[in-house]
Amino acid sequence: MFITRRAEFSASHICSNPALTTEQNLAVYGPAANANGHGHNFVLEVTLAGEPDPVTGMVYDLKDLKDIMNQEVVDPMDHRHLNYEVKPFDKVIPTTENLAVEIWKRLNPHFSSGPAKLYSIRLYETDDIFVDYRGGQ
Amino acid sequence: MIQLTRAYFFSASHRLHVPQFSDEKNQALFGKCNNPHGHGHNYRVEICVKGEIDPMSGRVVDLAAMDSLVNDRVVKYFDHKYINQDMPEFKTLVATTEVLGEVIHERLSTVWPKDFPTLDKVGIQETKRNRFTIPSSK
Repeated sequence: MFITRRAEFSASHICSNPALTTEQNLAVYGPAANANGHGHNFVLEVTLAGEPDPVTGMVYDLKDLKDIMNQEVVDPMDHRHLNYEVKPFDKVIPTTENLAVEIWKRLNPHFSSGPAKLYSIRLYETDDIFVDYRGGQ
Repeated sequence: MIQLTRAYFFSASHRLHVPQFSDEKNQALFGKCNNPHGHGHNYRVEICVKGEIDPMSGRVVDLAAMDSLVNDRVVKYFDHKYINQDMPEFKTLVATTEVLGEVIHERLSTVWPKDFPTLDKVGIQETKRNRFTIPSSK
């Protein structure tokens, strides 16, 4: 069985590669390469896979999941500039793809031994663009 | 491997009608969707691609290139058309959203560039209450 919890955070980022010229970055990323950055209301959906506990009837304690999502993602990223304030985005380009991979890396250790496994994360940049990541699977 | 999904929109009209069936049977089967002059929707089409993140750009797909392709092959093609009468494919097909999704998948997969990530699936909604998903691998 899968359970999914949603959280939101608002952050700014710049999508550009320092190895490229300004013109090349604008060609690759369009307005997302704007040197001063821009922002989104990111929506994160975290899906765990497991079986309902025979005593509690729960796959995972949703309050605990909320605390983990807040600790690892929302608290450090909400109302921050990802490039300047959230590692590793001083070195890694904070595209939505790379942000999804980083969120997976932060969350996954919490589910290495527990009643449920981290199954997938979905990260919405806007209502109309999102990425799904399952740890590379 | 990562998947990226992007939504596109077009507005079009259609009518659900099977010519081999009687008017009564069509009305019973499709209800108001069979009304004689058609009706319209704001369609939402979700294009899902899967591949590896390019280490240089940090992205899985060039969104501007994908936008250009999908706008040409899908959005401009269907936008503000009467699917049953304006689209040649639907001379012989029933214009359900299921079939429309298959036609859209075909219109993309036949020209999908080799340097794009894999076209994983096409999702289509005629309203917010129903979604049809057409995977590339059956």
